Amino acid sequence: MVPCTGRVEEVLMLRAFENGADGVMVVGCLEGDCHFVEGNLRARKRVARVAALLKAAKVGADRVRMFNLSAGEGTKFAAFAKEMFEHIDGLGPSPINIARSEATANRRASSSGDTP
Amino acid sequence: MITGDPKALEDIVAMAEPHDKIILAGCHGCVTVCRAGGEKEVQVLASALRLAREAAGRPIEIKEVCLERQCDPEYVELLRPYIADYEAVISIACGAGVQFLAEHHNKTPIFPGLNTTFIGVAEAQGVWSERCQACGDCILHLTGGICPVTRCSKSIFHGPCGGSVQGHCELSADIPCAWQLIIDRLESLDRMDLYEQLHPMKGWRTSRHGGPRKIVREDLTK
Amino acid sequence: MSTPAEKTSDLLKSGSNLEKILAAGHFAVTAECGPPRGADPEPMIEKSAHIKGNVDACNVTDNQTSVVRMSSLAGCVILQQQGIEPLMQMVVRDRNRIALQSDLLGASALGIRNLLCLSGDHQTFGDDPQAKNVHDIDSIQWINLVRSMRDEGKFPSGKKLKGAPKMFIGCAANPFADPYAIRVPRLALKVAAGADFIQTQCIFNLDKFKTYMADVVARGLHKKTAILAGVTPIKSAGMARFMAKNVAGMDIPADLIKRVAAAPKEKQPDVGIDIAVETIEQIQAIEGVAGVHVMAIEWEAKVHEIVSRAGLLPRPTV
Repeated sequence: MVPCTGRVEEVLMLRAFENGADGVMVVGCLEGDCHFVEGNLRARKRVARVAALLKAAKVGADRVRMFNLSAGEGTKFAAFAKEMFEHIDGLGPSPINIARSEATANRRASSSGDTP
Repeated sequence: MITGDPKALEDIVAMAEPHDKIILAGCHGCVTVCRAGGEKEVQVLASALRLAREAAGRPIEIKEVCLERQCDPEYVELLRPYIADYEAVISIACGAGVQFLAEHHNKTPIFPGLNTTFIGVAEAQGVWSERCQACGDCILHLTGGICPVTRCSKSIFHGPCGGSVQGHCELSADIPCAWQLIIDRLESLDRMDLYEQLHPMKGWRTSRHGGPRKIVREDLTK
Repeated sequence: MSTPAEKTSDLLKSGSNLEKILAAGHFAVTAECGPPRGADPEPMIEKSAHIKGNVDACNVTDNQTSVVRMSSLAGCVILQQQGIEPLMQMVVRDRNRIALQSDLLGASALGIRNLLCLSGDHQTFGDDPQAKNVHDIDSIQWINLVRSMRDEGKFPSGKKLKGAPKMFIGCAANPFADPYAIRVPRLALKVAAGADFIQTQCIFNLDKFKTYMADVVARGLHKKTAILAGVTPIKSAGMARFMAKNVAGMDIPADLIKRVAAAPKEKQPDVGIDIAVETIEQIQAIEGVAGVHVMAIEWEAKVHEIVSRAGLLPRPTV
């Protein structure tokens, strides 16, 4: 957790995918209400940049998303989390995770002596 | 500073295609200041490149490095102890840095991850614009400190041309008319006498048009 | 307007028909032809048939708006072959000083005696926006170079020319471009560099043009250079609106557009011709104006009617 989404750097989002995330959600204050004035606006632009990189990397632009709410909106947060979960569930595992499980399966197959 | 624009990830993926173990080298100089090739940019590009390669089923190992500068031999030599362990280097320094790495480490392929653009200034946060064409014969004292070679789209010495509209260039509303700027400046300096001088034809020999350039400082050489 | 004494051929700089007409004190008439977008000379020959007999010289444009056309030099030779005096245009956008000098010598060798020195529209406006810019020298330095080669018979290096080019040197001026305050000082620079004549951008706003000419006359520039006022006939209200919006340095008063728009569509070209004729009549009365430059682009067939109705035919022989 960070004091403001303005602190969320692009590399943090990208490394989450390297560490096995299928999706990343960035949740910030309502626009115009940022506790640190403009941090959430900066975050939105960075999320957009990461989405573009994910698209170019063929991982999927819509696996990263930004949501805005106020600190007191607990139910809204739960709703966003559910929405994001269902969205990512629908997309399936990230190509990174698919590639990794295929690689693991291939290693198991060759080590068990089965001819491919 | 020298400014640059990161190349598209797809182009960098294509360059790295034959290799499985590379160095990604940034520079703490100009490209850090213009947020195109510094340490943060190395981290982001390395992560994106690893993701792209893993998604394609061919993971790549990347050593992330950021040199003080890539245009001085002392810093470029710092790669010497381990560069042979890697198949290639992608440098996101300016074109001078990429070439200098290649000169010093001529057995390793060195690829450019950046498109070097211009010599310029930061007009505002995140906005850089071109100011100098390195013509080798500066005349800024005659034009109120505004360069007609660089900032006039036609490098006119007696402007503005007929395409100047409301202070901007006929090319685009984003480009201020350099001669409008010069005239405004000369007026505020009370030096409009400089405007009505006929400039002789510019000597381009001191610029890149005269061939690639070199400076030798006898007082500094060994 | 008083008629200056006729210059003897010794005092003429180029001997061109245009120069002689102006020297004799006549109100000069020039027009313009754009060469074709290909190697076929026919379109040029067809256009020239409309121009012949109606002008003292005819401009041939040089890759206008950076769109590749047959060269101005070739177009000028075609006009000569049709019996029309050419006025070659040379922009500095595409050629360095070596090529400019070379083409100048070639043009003079082929008998071309009038030259308009221009900057040229930026190449992003044409079909080859990726082309390299030249702009080795600007249009004012070019005027100066032509003048020094003509009058001193030397290359810029100081070496002697085997035959100095004979050229009546002109350039363009735009009384309607921004900033207005610099327009007359810039004209002064062009005159100091050696411009023998000027052709202005087309005039629709007569009040503004009168102001400009008053400023020009106040500096005595009209005595050092011959100013030909540009006139373009409007074909339609749509064309007028397009030009007003999209062409830099174009000043078309709203009243004028209304006048054209008020006519039914098929009558609008006639109104445009009427306006062109009236404009010429009015500018003839303005002090310092030595002639008119009729730019009927892709409408060359109307040049005869315009010039004739303005009372400028037949063209004098000198």
